[in-house]
Amino acid sequence: MLVSKDLDMFRYFVRRVLQGVLTFFGATFIVYALMFANQDDPLQALAGERPLPENVRQALTERYHLDDPFILQYGHYMRGLLTGDFGISLTNRPISEMMQQAWPVTIRLAVFAIIISALVAVTAGIVSGIRRGGIFDTTTLIITLVLLSLPIVVLAPLAQLLFGVQLHWFPATAGAEPGFYQLILPAVVLSCLVIATQIRVTRASVAENLRSDYVRTARAKGLANRRVIGVHVLRNSLIPVVTLIGVDLGNLMAGAIVTEGVFNIPGVGFNLFRGIRTEDGPLVVGFVSILVIVFLVVNLVVDLLYAVLDPRIRYE
Amino acid sequence: MRGQFPLKMAVGATAIMLLAAGCSGGGDDETSAADALVSIGIGEPQHLIPSNTTESNGAEVLAALFSPLVDFDADNKPYTVAAESVESTDNKVWTVKLKDGYTFHNGEKVGADNYINAWNHAAYGPNGNGGSYFMERVEGYKDLQSEDPDGDGPQKAPDPKAKTLTGLKKVDDLTFTVTLSEPFSGWRSVMGYTTFYPLPAAAWASEGVLKEDYEQAPIGNGPFKIKGTWQHDSKIEVERYDAYPGEKPKVGGVTYKIYQEQTAQYADLMGGALDVVTQIPIENLATAPADLGDRFKTSSNSVFQFVGFPTFLSQYSKVEVRKAISMAINRKEITDNVFRGSQTPATSFVSPAVAGYRENSCGEACTYDPAKAKAAYDAAGGPKQIKITYNADGGHKAWVDATCNQLKTNLGVDCVGVGEPKFADLLTKVENKEDVGMIRLGWIMDYPLMENYLGPLYGTGGSSNYYGYSNPEFDNLVKQGSAAPTEDEAIKLWQQAEDILARDMPVIPLRLGQNVFGHSERVKNVEVDKFQKVEILKIEATS
Repeated sequence: MLVSKDLDMFRYFVRRVLQGVLTFFGATFIVYALMFANQDDPLQALAGERPLPENVRQALTERYHLDDPFILQYGHYMRGLLTGDFGISLTNRPISEMMQQAWPVTIRLAVFAIIISALVAVTAGIVSGIRRGGIFDTTTLIITLVLLSLPIVVLAPLAQLLFGVQLHWFPATAGAEPGFYQLILPAVVLSCLVIATQIRVTRASVAENLRSDYVRTARAKGLANRRVIGVHVLRNSLIPVVTLIGVDLGNLMAGAIVTEGVFNIPGVGFNLFRGIRTEDGPLVVGFVSILVIVFLVVNLVVDLLYAVLDPRIRYE
Repeated sequence: MRGQFPLKMAVGATAIMLLAAGCSGGGDDETSAADALVSIGIGEPQHLIPSNTTESNGAEVLAALFSPLVDFDADNKPYTVAAESVESTDNKVWTVKLKDGYTFHNGEKVGADNYINAWNHAAYGPNGNGGSYFMERVEGYKDLQSEDPDGDGPQKAPDPKAKTLTGLKKVDDLTFTVTLSEPFSGWRSVMGYTTFYPLPAAAWASEGVLKEDYEQAPIGNGPFKIKGTWQHDSKIEVERYDAYPGEKPKVGGVTYKIYQEQTAQYADLMGGALDVVTQIPIENLATAPADLGDRFKTSSNSVFQFVGFPTFLSQYSKVEVRKAISMAINRKEITDNVFRGSQTPATSFVSPAVAGYRENSCGEACTYDPAKAKAAYDAAGGPKQIKITYNADGGHKAWVDATCNQLKTNLGVDCVGVGEPKFADLLTKVENKEDVGMIRLGWIMDYPLMENYLGPLYGTGGSSNYYGYSNPEFDNLVKQGSAAPTEDEAIKLWQQAEDILARDMPVIPLRLGQNVFGHSERVKNVEVDKFQKVEILKIEATS
């Protein structure tokens, strides 16, 4: 029985990895094609409104293979990618070097934000799930409603102005190599993107489980309330929350464009934005390739975690 | 040098006062104001190779690392800095004598070869330097370029005929001559640009080939040397170069902090983490004067904003129509309300950043007069619908819409603003001769001469003459001005050329740019010049 389950799990794992490879190539191909379609004159985009001397255009077109047909460019790029060469950006910087700088800071920011949001959301969600209709529940409801309706373009500058510029509690911007202290404000702002949804999901899940048969049974057995909630309710309520947190982690890495801009963190979001603005295909596709891998891995880990949290789930 | 003596005296007095007060700045050890570090906000430069730097972020940093041959005084006239003299008898052959005693930051002596090699590299087509067009006037430039045989096709362009400019000749270690293909009276001013900085022998991997990593830590001949390397997207630090023989900087070093967004720069200025913001973003202009008090400053720069009439559009072919549209635009209302004073109305075809600028050379046609505009527009039979095309990524929507509203009200026509995603898209539509209506354009000068506006913007085949204006009489006057024996005579001829523009009205001048900048309490004497750069030799720490 046990052996068979492990084997199932291994099969499942292999199948997911193979699917992942397909997804990876599909996604990078689509993104590359989209960038190619969007690209009409990256050299002019780089020069801004200045006229571009013909000789410069000619030299750069050849350097970056801009005049090759799509399939050739894509082949050229993928050959590099598979050998670990991400190519160079239109400003002549190796993209691998830009990644080395951008990914660590974005990962730190996203993980920090997800820890904050998970801690707050799970705690608040459980409390308001247990005491539905109480003062805490109502207050949380109002706060989450406000957070859900405040777009990050408002929230980020507002937090910066209030806590960074006026109260001087935190530095106004974080910079390229932020420490723990510099990251607090951006991480809190970023966590606001996902915290409201997480609270609502936790609350709903807890509330639902509290009414379920096995909880009633547990109480009938005379188990202490702490044990009922701590072991039975909590464990079962966390399954949807863990899924959500996993997906959110990917979203936060890709979606920190505004936060990174406001707090001047040159991370992944910033580089994606720069790449799109300057029509720099290799730059965008390079970062997206890694993002695709991140999403694939996170999803796989979340799915595998299900089994740990819920023994009823079987992989086939 | 502008105000050098009074300034020096003031500086001396301040220094004495500071010494008397026993004042010392922050830092790890006891440092005086003269050794203080200041920080300036910039965006990530594209390059730090002089000949490949045509945007302001890179130029700002290079201005600290390099010393130009000539710089410009308050009247926009050139004076020599690293050059002892720049002379010519016929405006064709220019003799540049260098000052003795200048060294690169690695100790190399600066000589004629450093300039000649750098300029040859700049001009050589296959190097793809953004600033190569500055060398166009030098004899032999054409031989350093090559034509791609099949246009944009897959075939590689052949190597150019020559690798060096025939117009550059070394006379002795400190003297060289520049021969132009045609006489140009303003050549002295052209050489003040970033592209013309020298490069040390240490910069070359082999003859004519720059080291790959030179721009990560450029070695220059300027008042500051780079500390460490260019930390991309983060900062560039420079420190005072003590062997610099010219005017000494008044701070010990500068940290150029790199920002993605100007609003973040401003937040850091307010939060006390940054000393100078060279362009306060429009979002913050409402509160900035109150936030900063007397540390909120403005100065004029060379930005010139206008709309052009593509000549292939027949509905705007009558000059009366173009003038009427111009008269129906209330420039002041737009600069005050949309730009909150960060730009000022333009009533000439060149910017006040150049010698020879005259206020209101456009005359009546640039004076707001809605009644007269309506009458003239109707009499000339102007089109019922006006269109203004702009690039949507440049923050132009607000003023285009405001302008359209004015035209609607004042001329009784329909007016729409059409946003193209990018400037390149706008250009493509113009090239395809689509009905784009008026097109939004802007210009920043390369060197402070009227010619730098007249030639590229209004000359036949000018590099930024996207609307296709062509008037042989005008071209002739600009050319005569360029060949004039003295700068004053040149200006006279160029002004005559500008008068033709006022008659023909190929574009509508709209606004002039302003540097709207601010600084922290830690620094003083902060000035931003016409190239939008902080005057690096003037900035001082307060304590």
